[in-house]
Amino acid sequence: MKPWSTGWRLALRFGLAVVIAVMFLFPIYWLAAISLKSPEEIFAYPPVWLPEKPNFSSYITLFRDGDAWAVWNSLVTAGISTVLAMIFGTLAAYAIVRYRTGGDHLAIWIISQRMIPPICVAFPIFLLYVLLGLIDTYTGLIALYTAFNLPYVIWMMRGYIQDIPVDLEQSAMVDGLSRLAVIRKVVLPMVKGGFFATAVFTFIFAWNDFLFALILTRSEVVTYPVQVTGYFGSQSTFWSKIGAMSMLGVLPMMIVVGTMQRFIVRGMSMGAVKG
Amino acid sequence: MADLTLENVEKHYGDVQAVRGVSLHVESGNFVVLVGPSGCGKSTLLRAIAGLEGVSSGTIRIGDRDVTNLAPRQRDIAMVFQSYALYPYLSVYENIAFGLRARKVAAAEVDERVHWAADMLSIGSFLDRHPRELSGGQRQRVAIGRAIVREASLYLFDEPLSNLDAKLRDGMREELKRLHSEIGRTFVYVTHDQIEAMTLADRIVLLNNGVIEQDGPPLDLFERPNNRFVAGFLGSPPMNMLDVAVQGDDRSIRLADGQHLRADNASLPAHDGACVWGIRPEHVTLSNGDEPSVEGVVDVVQPTGSRLFASVTVSGQHLTAELDAHADIRVGRPITLSVAIDRTVFFDLGGRRLNQG
Repeated sequence: MKPWSTGWRLALRFGLAVVIAVMFLFPIYWLAAISLKSPEEIFAYPPVWLPEKPNFSSYITLFRDGDAWAVWNSLVTAGISTVLAMIFGTLAAYAIVRYRTGGDHLAIWIISQRMIPPICVAFPIFLLYVLLGLIDTYTGLIALYTAFNLPYVIWMMRGYIQDIPVDLEQSAMVDGLSRLAVIRKVVLPMVKGGFFATAVFTFIFAWNDFLFALILTRSEVVTYPVQVTGYFGSQSTFWSKIGAMSMLGVLPMMIVVGTMQRFIVRGMSMGAVKG
Repeated sequence: MADLTLENVEKHYGDVQAVRGVSLHVESGNFVVLVGPSGCGKSTLLRAIAGLEGVSSGTIRIGDRDVTNLAPRQRDIAMVFQSYALYPYLSVYENIAFGLRARKVAAAEVDERVHWAADMLSIGSFLDRHPRELSGGQRQRVAIGRAIVREASLYLFDEPLSNLDAKLRDGMREELKRLHSEIGRTFVYVTHDQIEAMTLADRIVLLNNGVIEQDGPPLDLFERPNNRFVAGFLGSPPMNMLDVAVQGDDRSIRLADGQHLRADNASLPAHDGACVWGIRPEHVTLSNGDEPSVEGVVDVVQPTGSRLFASVTVSGQHLTAELDAHADIRVGRPITLSVAIDRTVFFDLGGRRLNQG
């Protein structure tokens, strides 16, 4: 291939990447801008692209009124449920792969649980939670998110574990490790990329949940997506608060995805490209 | 270091019987090779010894311990796998140290033993590398290093050389034998390659269909096979099997086309009638007129440089002769071949050996 043609192709690819990146990043920029604008700037036409004087009052209000606590609630419920789902899901996936627990079809049945539209089970779960006194508790939300994410974790981890040559595990067992130690010292390092990628997605699923958080919380453990909708009023909408709250909610996700990016990319390509 | 005893070991997978009542005693310090064709149960047996497969019945003892129901880690064994089973995320050093660390050996001793193993296998210069940066032969050495670094009672090898090319395999065979004589431990080695078995073993255990066909020193099996299967499995090219009739009264061997060989000075089986005559290719030579001989026609000539293999049709049957590299023979020409009858074996039609020579 001629050099100039390579250069053009590269430029085209780069240009395309920039356009796509701008498209995806614009909403976040717009949220950040709204959160820092004065009320006049929010509704100004033509739109104000950069607030003249950054206004942090919305953030101060969120912290002062305790609304920002919703982000903490989201972190606790999504974080703990992710840890639990990853632990139980990985062990279950290991059992399915290595002990053939449930035969050939258990994994399919498990993932089918994931396909149930959440709204179908919302009412039974609400009644059950009322009965068990789990409404508006961390335990209730964590248990629910763990249960809902388990099929996904089991399915994904099953695929990653299947790719590990069984000789590696058996060799470690001969060398002196118990089955649990083999999982910790051989299986986990081998599936590290997939494990973290799955954990990130599990965290995002729990973080984004709106339906269950809405019906199963009242005031104590309201999560961030529910809190944001509280600012859409029938009389007025608090755009700067929505902007600020959304930024507080997006920030942890950006940190998680940013730090785990290499695992996510590797995890998603694991199994697809065997080296 | 310990001896190994198997008593009536059986292994079933549903209706399939992989190992049928195998009993075996391996002396401490021996190099025993389990050999046999694919599916004969040799790997299953090795994995049962390692504890990676449970047995359906029978007992496995290492030293004076009954290990039949113990987990692999409690058996005090080390094993080299066919696939090498190296951890790709660990350096060569950490791979070798893995078993020692798993057993909580002190760091200083780990370091000392890893370097000892690395020196012994000449892999000291790439301890910092990862397995993906090594060639097949180097990976194999690391896998062996991982096993020998531990002071185990028993060392198991599951076809460790089968992924190497022929030249490397020859070199590694030699090294394994040297290693065994240097560390003097009990080795149990599985292979389907009869050359590996012959060259490495103090003792060969030849398996077929889950049972031991014969076990003993390599030359015993080679020269005095119990049956046709053993005779045919060991040796390359394999032993020739000719359908003949032995006549005890006139001490002769008769072929189907009427040729007959007098065996005045050789021991023939006490058997009259049809049997199978097993002749190793190296026990056939161009006739010089003195020895009993057979006549045939040359079909194919295969020179290897050092020797020449001639495929000859004798009495409508196929016979391979290993001749001198410069033997003057041509395809399609008649040939007269002498047979060292004393070194041949006879089998009944069921395949059991008749003469006890």
